[in-house]
Amino acid sequence: MNSALIVPFIVTLVAASTPILLAALGELVVEKSGVLNLGVEGMMLIGAMTTAAVMLTTGNPYLAIGSAALAGAFAALLFAVLTLSLSANQVATGLALTILGTGLTALVGRPFTGQPVPTLGPLFPPALANDPIWRVIFGYSPLVYLSLAMVVAVWFFLMRTRSGLILRAIGESDTSAHSIGYPVIGVRYLAVLFGGAMAGIGGACFPLMLTPQWAERLTAGRGWIALALVVFAAWRPYRLLAGAYIFGLLMTLEVYAKTSGGGFRIFPSEFWAALPYLATILVLVLISLSRKGSTSAPACLGKPFSPAG
Amino acid sequence: MSIDAPVRLALKGITKRFPGVLANDDVSFSVRAGEIHALLGENGAGKSTLVKMIYGIMQPDAGTIAWNGEIVTIANPKAARRLGIGMVFQHFSLFDAMTVLENIALGLDAKLTQRELEAKVRAVMSQYGLVLDPHRVVATLSVGERQRIEIVRALLLDPQLLIMDEPTSVLTPQEVEALFAVLRRLSAEGRSILYISHKLHEIRALCHTATILRGGKLVATLDPRVETPRSMAEKMIGASLKDISKDPNRRFGKERLLVSGLTTLAEDEFGVAIDSASFAVRAGEILGIAGVAGNGQNALLDALSGEILGTHGDAVRLDGTPIGLMGTTARRRLGLCAVPEERNGHAAVGDFSLSDNSVLTARDRLKMVLAGLINSGAAKTYTGKVIAQFAVKALGPHSTAGSLSGGNLQKYIMGREILQNPSVLVVSQPTWGVDAGAAAAIHQALVDLAAAGSAIVVISQDLDELLALSDTLLVINGGRLSKPLDVGAVSIEEIGLLMGGVHGTEDEVHIAPGGQIAVPA
Repeated sequence: MNSALIVPFIVTLVAASTPILLAALGELVVEKSGVLNLGVEGMMLIGAMTTAAVMLTTGNPYLAIGSAALAGAFAALLFAVLTLSLSANQVATGLALTILGTGLTALVGRPFTGQPVPTLGPLFPPALANDPIWRVIFGYSPLVYLSLAMVVAVWFFLMRTRSGLILRAIGESDTSAHSIGYPVIGVRYLAVLFGGAMAGIGGACFPLMLTPQWAERLTAGRGWIALALVVFAAWRPYRLLAGAYIFGLLMTLEVYAKTSGGGFRIFPSEFWAALPYLATILVLVLISLSRKGSTSAPACLGKPFSPAG
Repeated sequence: MSIDAPVRLALKGITKRFPGVLANDDVSFSVRAGEIHALLGENGAGKSTLVKMIYGIMQPDAGTIAWNGEIVTIANPKAARRLGIGMVFQHFSLFDAMTVLENIALGLDAKLTQRELEAKVRAVMSQYGLVLDPHRVVATLSVGERQRIEIVRALLLDPQLLIMDEPTSVLTPQEVEALFAVLRRLSAEGRSILYISHKLHEIRALCHTATILRGGKLVATLDPRVETPRSMAEKMIGASLKDISKDPNRRFGKERLLVSGLTTLAEDEFGVAIDSASFAVRAGEILGIAGVAGNGQNALLDALSGEILGTHGDAVRLDGTPIGLMGTTARRRLGLCAVPEERNGHAAVGDFSLSDNSVLTARDRLKMVLAGLINSGAAKTYTGKVIAQFAVKALGPHSTAGSLSGGNLQKYIMGREILQNPSVLVVSQPTWGVDAGAAAAIHQALVDLAAAGSAIVVISQDLDELLALSDTLLVINGGRLSKPLDVGAVSIEEIGLLMGGVHGTEDEVHIAPGGQIAVPA
């Protein structure tokens, strides 16, 4: 393969990985604080629909991204009130959030369906962004650079700041953190809101750079892949980056398999479509083999906490 | 501490009500600078609630707290730490997956860089002789080491009052001695200590003053050094303490449990394996197994109960039947019941009702399962009987095991096994964390079970308990058992040497007054 083939392949791969990476980074912080929010897919859809709506009415992509983050955070607030303040079951509430997001965006988004949305072009000037070789580094939408910056930011926050230490501690033992005097519920609210905002921005990637329009169920299950990725990455931001790009690779292979012939014809296209899921299973098996049963999951993941007593 | 030292903490009329319970009722006492003040009481007497209010975890409904003469409101633990109040919890507030240093950083309000913090931590550790590696992950540390983290964390705040909630209930005798040395040093520096414990020997040896609570009310404030453990225990329970009554003419029958050449593999790199243990327990006999924690007691219990299988069937015989290769269910069916040390999660399932927990161990012996269906009526009746006979404070057979306090859960578990009338009962730490009144009841129940012809093995780290209870004593160290010792004839020095032999020291073992054994560390 030469660069004329490889560069477009990588560019597609990176773009395809970005929404998963953004949403998974948000969920990683949420889970590190001990909350399991299965509503990622719903929050991504809300973000995607909001982005399309704001773009079609104002045309300002940054306003659209900001609105998507706010809309995602608002959906997450609903989840937080139910699970953190009212101690509702996190799994059920998260699933409900995804169902709500799917239905609500289909309903509210109907007027925008199918209308072409102006995309958010590359961050760097065309001389760099359109260079046949250098576009592999400079040819992306600002959302891609944002996602990479967030990997570093989330890692730095969790592993190098005191606030990050407190957040991890709360996910590790909520009762201990409470008895030392940390605001368990408050920190979890902030984490869940951050997760919602990140899922919203992840959703914004679809109309702004992947599929320049709004359609029902536009995110096509990427929220679920983001959730699996967090486990896959053993709750580590850098592994999340690697994992997201591996999934991006597999999804890009699927696209190439559908559109081009040649070597891809060896296997039927269904094989390429199933590949990301087969890979998930394989990697999960490998991870559990190498760690011999012990997991690095936050010890309080998914457990409700009530400060009484 | 001098008598005219200034009053550091003064509680006046503290009252705290929970739904259905008056946890503290008009409690008033004061702690002076440099005083080691014991807070005594049975389970549920209101000690923990009281200190939670002093540390700002809860707020009193009525009454005042004065700190250095000024009335204060302690809104949260942070406010308590700002005043100079530190606390070491009974259930450590540690984060297992994090390092020692990260754990300490979480307990401090000051913002320090990691390097500054490490320097401070090392300084405090060397000042008080608390040895720890700051970069170890907590999950790999022993219980004593974990407690040291809590103490270092509290000391870094330079506290004027240190609250310790049952600090010795999980420590070995050596660790207790080391802890006392640290506490006496803190007292000499003018720091006050509020010390909650069940262990009356320790309170006599350590504390200057003791405040006794019963049912939320203050019943006495006294000088423990002039009291006896018995007099204090009687004030705690509000009744005279019964001695264990044993028939002095008791005779032992045939051998019911025969262990010969029992050997196990170490469960992990930190585990201790049992190395060809051989002993016999006769009908009516109580065999005590003494030893410092972590010398193979858990492996021995698991090998006897059937959680670990022996290498050959003859390794364990019950009434002549080889059971070494049988699992727990088969052994229970034949009459061998066991109580492991860890009650919540091993001896009982916290989220299950007491009734369901009864089904888990008594289903075969008491026919609670017929054709695969649970006879819940039988389970409920049996559980009700356990609750009544062992005075378990629970709402009824339907309450979950996890909702019981540690001492009450222990009473339930002991009752559940004893009332199954086993041929052989193996128990580990039968009265760990149980108050004096309940401990006496459990001891009597074990003696009565033996008198009815059962053979009993008691594994315990509490030497007083073993000396009072058992007829024969074995000492375990490094997974090896000593020769049988006759409790009536053996000297405490001999037991101490066998226990101390664990660490292979040539040093002499010191016997403190009151039968406490201290091995130089």
